[in-house]
Amino acid sequence: MTRFSRFLSMGVAVLLGASATADEFGDPRAGAKVYSQCKGCHQVGAGATHRIGPHLNDLFGRAAAGMEDFKYSKSFQRAGASGLEWHAETLNAFLENPRSYASGTRMSFRGLKDETDRRNVIAYLRDFSDDPANIPEADPTATPTNHDIDPAILALQGDPEYGEYLSSECTTCHQASGGDDGIPSIVYWPEEDFVLAMHAYKNKQRQHPVMQMMAGRLSNEEIAALAAYFKNLDN
Amino acid sequence: MTLNRRMFLGATAVASAALAAPMVLADGHGKPRVVVIGGGAGGATAARYIAKDSKGAVDVTLIEPTRTYYTCFFSNLYLGGFKQMSDLGHSYGGLAASGVNVVHDWAVGVDRDTKTVTLAGGAQIKYDKLILSPGIDFVDMSVPGWDITTQNAMPHAYKAGSQTELLKAQLMAMPEGGVFAMVAPPNPYRCPPGPYERISMVANYLKNNNPTAKIIVADPKPKFSKMALFQEGWANHYEGMVDWIGEDFGGGNVSVDASAMTVTIDGEETKVDVCNVIPAMKAGRIADIAGVTDGNWAPVNAANMSTNVDPDVYVLGDASQQGDMPKSGFSANSQAKVCANAVRGALTGSKVFPAKFSNTCWSLIAADDGVKVGATYEATPDKIAKVDGFISQTGESADVRKATYQESEGWYSGITADMLG
Repeated sequence: MTRFSRFLSMGVAVLLGASATADEFGDPRAGAKVYSQCKGCHQVGAGATHRIGPHLNDLFGRAAAGMEDFKYSKSFQRAGASGLEWHAETLNAFLENPRSYASGTRMSFRGLKDETDRRNVIAYLRDFSDDPANIPEADPTATPTNHDIDPAILALQGDPEYGEYLSSECTTCHQASGGDDGIPSIVYWPEEDFVLAMHAYKNKQRQHPVMQMMAGRLSNEEIAALAAYFKNLDN
Repeated sequence: MTLNRRMFLGATAVASAALAAPMVLADGHGKPRVVVIGGGAGGATAARYIAKDSKGAVDVTLIEPTRTYYTCFFSNLYLGGFKQMSDLGHSYGGLAASGVNVVHDWAVGVDRDTKTVTLAGGAQIKYDKLILSPGIDFVDMSVPGWDITTQNAMPHAYKAGSQTELLKAQLMAMPEGGVFAMVAPPNPYRCPPGPYERISMVANYLKNNNPTAKIIVADPKPKFSKMALFQEGWANHYEGMVDWIGEDFGGGNVSVDASAMTVTIDGEETKVDVCNVIPAMKAGRIADIAGVTDGNWAPVNAANMSTNVDPDVYVLGDASQQGDMPKSGFSANSQAKVCANAVRGALTGSKVFPAKFSNTCWSLIAADDGVKVGATYEATPDKIAKVDGFISQTGESADVRKATYQESEGWYSGITADMLG
């Protein structure tokens, strides 16, 4: 299987005339493991939808910020407008150090320093970019994170005005502009992801002492209010 | 309720948010007026949030003498060589752009009967609500031999700016194998871990540039913030360099002689090359002038930061006496948002939500060795009371410490944007 995929990737690279040489494609099996670092925010595979980040189906050849139904950072909107497209080469550079490549990206990820990891994950993503009708179902993509939360909590409709007030406690550290250096961006998240993340801190499933403390004293309604506010925050 | 009267008076011609010098207003001005004195973490945040959230319905004037604000937080990192002075400087342009009338002058008088603030330039400004966020001043003669006239020989460097640069210059000029002394302050004071982060940063500089130099600290306290973490860090990174003399060993029995450059600790006189005196502190002077202090600080109500003596005067940050929160930029920023929500509600009828407060203080011990302590707080009838807290652990991995430092840099970007737009 591995050999076959590699062969296929090589063939595709040649067919597309991509600037990447055959050696720049890695092992998609190994790439699936590397991808586990991405899946908290990006879905890929059948049924994948936008979450915190855009879905990554049919990524190759897509213009940066190229999907109308996802709210991209201004940085990527500019990059897309000036012609940036996703290919092995551009992905390789971006994944090595996302912020140095696109300084305003909201992708809170330090990057993949290991070149083999990058080649492998690019090969993995390449497999979801062939014929969209033929996209393989892949584990564990398109599986939402932690659904131990009572559906009644997820169904709460937050009050954005209260959320705005509560958010002022977040913006001491998390920049309202979506800027991200050392502390992740939290704007434009889908409400469900936001609520799940906050409850995971509140329940001490996610490990960060500041966030455990901050989330620990928020009621279910307050978390819903924050989610409602940050979802639409525009600057 | 004042709201109706103000709405009735409606559209009196008051040029709002103009950058011009403030005008003397008659009583019947158009919009409710908030005057904020002090453009630090408390005052700038309060001004920005009231202007931003009231969307022009409240006239907000910020009085701040300096044109460039240097953050006290991270100023130790400048001493340690991790930041440039220019990294710490911020303009008030963003606040002005968000509709705050920024006036660069000193506030020299407050008349609470006529609700008027007088500026050094002679102008008088009327307010409906006055927010004081003046930071700290020093208690005269709290360290015998030191007063404000000796601050150039023995800098405090506890208000960021020229004092910080002076201390750095003195540090860099130390002779090989020289002695750096610090006189640490008694509680309560601005930034509880600050003096000890400073020791770490001075040690970091000396280790790289003057490794046989010594640091002595005379401390009137038996223990201090993040003590175990700092002592572990000093042993790991700066072995044998730091001599901390706490209360038990006479660290509180200290005097200095600025002309002889000597420090006397528990009767023993030492000649030193640099002496950083951080005296006892009190609320910034304008709080005294406004008559809202009791002793060194201004007592406030936890629910909205209003003073006990005047419901239309609020005190934020270091100058306030509020209960359990440490005096820090983070605390002042947190208190400012609660206050802004309450002030806006009182003036415009907008919804007032319950007070929530929080604080986190990061400190850098050495390159990529960051630690933090933090807590959440709530308003009780008596005070701001601690709810929950955490602190970094001794023996943490290098990865955790590095992530903590990177987090502090993220926080710096976050809070300065949150304060100043």
